[in-house]
Amino acid sequence: MSDPVIELDHVNKWFGAFHVLKDVSMRVGKGEKVVVCGPSGSGKSTVIRCINRLEEHQKGRILVDGIELTGDVRQIERIRKDVGMVFQSFNLFPHLTVLENLTLAPNWVKNAPMKEATETAMYYLERVRIPEQAQKYPGQLSGGQQQRVAIARALCMKPKVMLFDEPTSALDPEMIKEVLDVMVELAHEGMTMVCVTHEMGFARTVADQMIFMAEGQIVETAPPAEFFAAPKTERARQFLGQILGH
Amino acid sequence: MSDQSSHNPKTASEIASHVEEPSQAELHTHRRNAFAGLGWARDNLFSNIPNTILTVLSVALLVWAAPPLLDWMLLKATFLNEDPAACREAGGACWSFVTVKHRFILFGLYPYDEHWRPLLAMALFIAALAISCDSRFWNMRIVYVWGLVLPVCGILMWGGWLGLTFVPNDKWGGLPLTLILATLGIVLAFPLAVLLALGRRSDMPAIRAICVGYIETVRGVPLVSVLFMASIMFPLFLPEGLTIDKLLRAQLGIMLFTAAYLAEAVRGGLQALPKGQYEAADALGLGYWQKTRLIILPQALRLVIPPIVNQFISCFKDTSLVIIIGLYDLLTTAKTALADPSWRAFYVESYVFAAFIYFLFCYFMSRYSQYLERRLNAGLRR
Ligand SMILES: Nc1ncnc2c1ncn2[C@@H]1O[C@H](COP(=O)(O)OP(=O)(O)OP(=O)(O)O)[C@@H](O)[C@H]1O
Ligand SMILES: [Mg+2]
Repeated sequence: MSDPVIELDHVNKWFGAFHVLKDVSMRVGKGEKVVVCGPSGSGKSTVIRCINRLEEHQKGRILVDGIELTGDVRQIERIRKDVGMVFQSFNLFPHLTVLENLTLAPNWVKNAPMKEATETAMYYLERVRIPEQAQKYPGQLSGGQQQRVAIARALCMKPKVMLFDEPTSALDPEMIKEVLDVMVELAHEGMTMVCVTHEMGFARTVADQMIFMAEGQIVETAPPAEFFAAPKTERARQFLGQILGH
Repeated sequence: MSDQSSHNPKTASEIASHVEEPSQAELHTHRRNAFAGLGWARDNLFSNIPNTILTVLSVALLVWAAPPLLDWMLLKATFLNEDPAACREAGGACWSFVTVKHRFILFGLYPYDEHWRPLLAMALFIAALAISCDSRFWNMRIVYVWGLVLPVCGILMWGGWLGLTFVPNDKWGGLPLTLILATLGIVLAFPLAVLLALGRRSDMPAIRAICVGYIETVRGVPLVSVLFMASIMFPLFLPEGLTIDKLLRAQLGIMLFTAAYLAEAVRGGLQALPKGQYEAADALGLGYWQKTRLIILPQALRLVIPPIVNQFISCFKDTSLVIIIGLYDLLTTAKTALADPSWRAFYVESYVFAAFIYFLFCYFMSRYSQYLERRLNAGLRR
């Protein structure tokens, strides 16, 4: 495997006295797709939020594209430029139009001229199939549309990695597909992705690796075919049983 | 309030339009409209027993208070006759007092022959304020407007240039003084308040401690004592020979005081903003000040327009406390105008006049805040 884009090396994190991540290690290579799953409260969100320093880890090392995450603010901002994130609750900026949401960061963080930023924004809006909504405010869009705007917003920064934290769990069932379609397309284009999701169909289609977490630890890492057919641990078997409704 | 008042006429007109359907016989229309009025009254004034009691009490109060008030204010009032004796004879309000004294009340001790200068300065100032209320000017243009208006006002008020005689600012008074103290107090307090509110939520303990300390200290003392300190104690700390003008000290006192309260209002907005907004901005790589300026403040400030305007109104009225350090603001000039023995009896008229001016400004601020809230939230549905 070439140099990993993301490398976690025995990462530990505490919330006060609560040990939420215990010796978490993983490597994500360029173009690799990793799906993280596990029961609620197992620390999935915390792991991927550590990757762009929305959460701070206390022990171990995290490297993104060869740069180590430390307390250095400039380092953090540099890494964040290269790491796109999509949240469960979209977190679009409601006071800005869709287009402004997309051009803001390229314009201010990467100093892209407005004309160029607008062209990039329109390109990605077309990619997520809602160019006609460019002048609307997020509050005027459906949940599925908002999440696609959020994906486009992250892509406008031309990130090297995309992090997804349960991007479809806040959506009505009929909107889940339109978001997953966009994600599958993105995966096929070779984007490096780390997704926390319970959409096992999606995981089967795109994942190179499944990571199963429980109680702050990585319990199992396996390619999806293997993971779904024959989980090695009892915890994973139980979890799959619940989630696939057997 | 406004909800109800906009709702009521609608109900009435709905009923009316229902009644006026073409199938109704023309002859009956008139009678039925009267009936619709009754229906409206029943729905809105007598819908239940407490409501009925309130309606009856309100009507009784009106009947009891309105005629004598009207009598005093208009029917028996004297307007133009500049003789106090005529006022006493008429028995009503003596608006002649205002006719005679309005220039002193409005401009204080400013040299009488030069009153056109504060008048013009005030007109410019109010025009600039009006322009500032228009969102089309919320860019560099507003800076140009004030960059032009403030120096011109300064030249007009102080003079000593372009053939204008010099008027030291301890001769300033009345409405211009109140307007200057309030507007500059608010305008200067606002950025300070935003910084204090941000500092209070800072990750850095030292900055947080300073901001909390400042806010809590200032909120713990009344404005009167802040003004006293500004005017009496502050000079004691200054090096020998250096003096700061009394007006400037009052201005600083009002600004520092208002900032502490405003900071708490702003903090409310910062807290009300969902955490996801901060995280999304962070995740995009925006720096602290970019995030604050582009994402956080535009949303947080909109959320707290009502308490902010509340603070503005209260600052405007509180400027009247500068009386205690001997500045002639609007309320003080209204009081001083009564020192004239022949008009001493008409203090009610004097205060009503001053109150009316205060009311005009405060009422406008309150209406403007309602308009602003509606406008800014128009596109914003969460
Ligand atoms: N800011 C915080 N302070 C204290 N505890 C926290 C904090 N954030 C998360 N936790 C705790 O850490 C644990 C892991 O949380 P995390 O959000 O990573 O779980 P998750 O696997 O993403 O769960 P879910 O599937 O419900 O999203 C949980 O027990 C949670 O209560
Ligand atoms: Mg989670």
